[in-house]
Amino acid sequence: MYGSLFPRDVLAELSRLQSEVQRAFDISPSIRGLGRGGFPAVNVGATPETLELYVFAPGLDPATVEVNLDRGALSIAGSRKTELPAPEQKASVHINERFQGKFRRVVSLPDDADPNGVSATYRDGILHIQVKRREQSQPRRITIQ
Amino acid sequence: MSQSNAVTNQDARGDVTDRNAIQLTPPVDVVEDNTGITLYADMPGVPKDQLNLNVEGDVLSIEGTVSIAMPKAMQSSHAEVNSSHYRRVFTLSKELDPSKISAEFAQGVLKLRIPKADHAQPRRIEVRAN
Repeated sequence: MYGSLFPRDVLAELSRLQSEVQRAFDISPSIRGLGRGGFPAVNVGATPETLELYVFAPGLDPATVEVNLDRGALSIAGSRKTELPAPEQKASVHINERFQGKFRRVVSLPDDADPNGVSATYRDGILHIQVKRREQSQPRRITIQ
Repeated sequence: MSQSNAVTNQDARGDVTDRNAIQLTPPVDVVEDNTGITLYADMPGVPKDQLNLNVEGDVLSIEGTVSIAMPKAMQSSHAEVNSSHYRRVFTLSKELDPSKISAEFAQGVLKLRIPKADHAQPRRIEVRAN
């Protein structure tokens, strides 16, 4: 009876709609769906010598995060445990928005990424992955004789 | 205050204009038990000294500014986080005691404990049958 008055989850429905619209208008989405809204969020930048990835993944134990580079695809995997109380405890959860569980994101790197030059540091909840670019692809000034 | 290393590579700007810029809403978990409320908020990239917690009357505000060291020559090619400022505001209910809030902040996760005031602690009410 109440189902018709209160559609199951208006917000979820709206966000689904929004992501569909976003997908429709994305001109060239990556095949791995590097989209918005997933966990963890990733910002990517580049300098002439390096590629810089900033993975926004707070509250992780760095020892449990796996960063792999395999044939040009960099994958970041791990899991985040919940802080929510077990159901048998006398506590009520009012808001539950934070991500919990396993995650895995894959970013394809450009061809000049050097698989031997990857370093990762974790600080303030951000995983910073630096990938060196191969020498020959760096801009070089050619002297005119 | 100049911040050349903000996450979005914005130019150094004053504090006042920053406040009007796009703000990130940190996702939170809120759990209530018998003695109080625990709030967890995800604010990755915020160092401890850039975190700002404020209680004014019954309004709790959580703010933080992302500070990441980035190479000067870096050009952003893909950004899912488009702002460097987190802000979220909650209204506390009157049975909570804002003077006893305690906070922990580690690896981008804020944990706030807001105990209930003494007079609001649960007590069992005896039901008597005549």
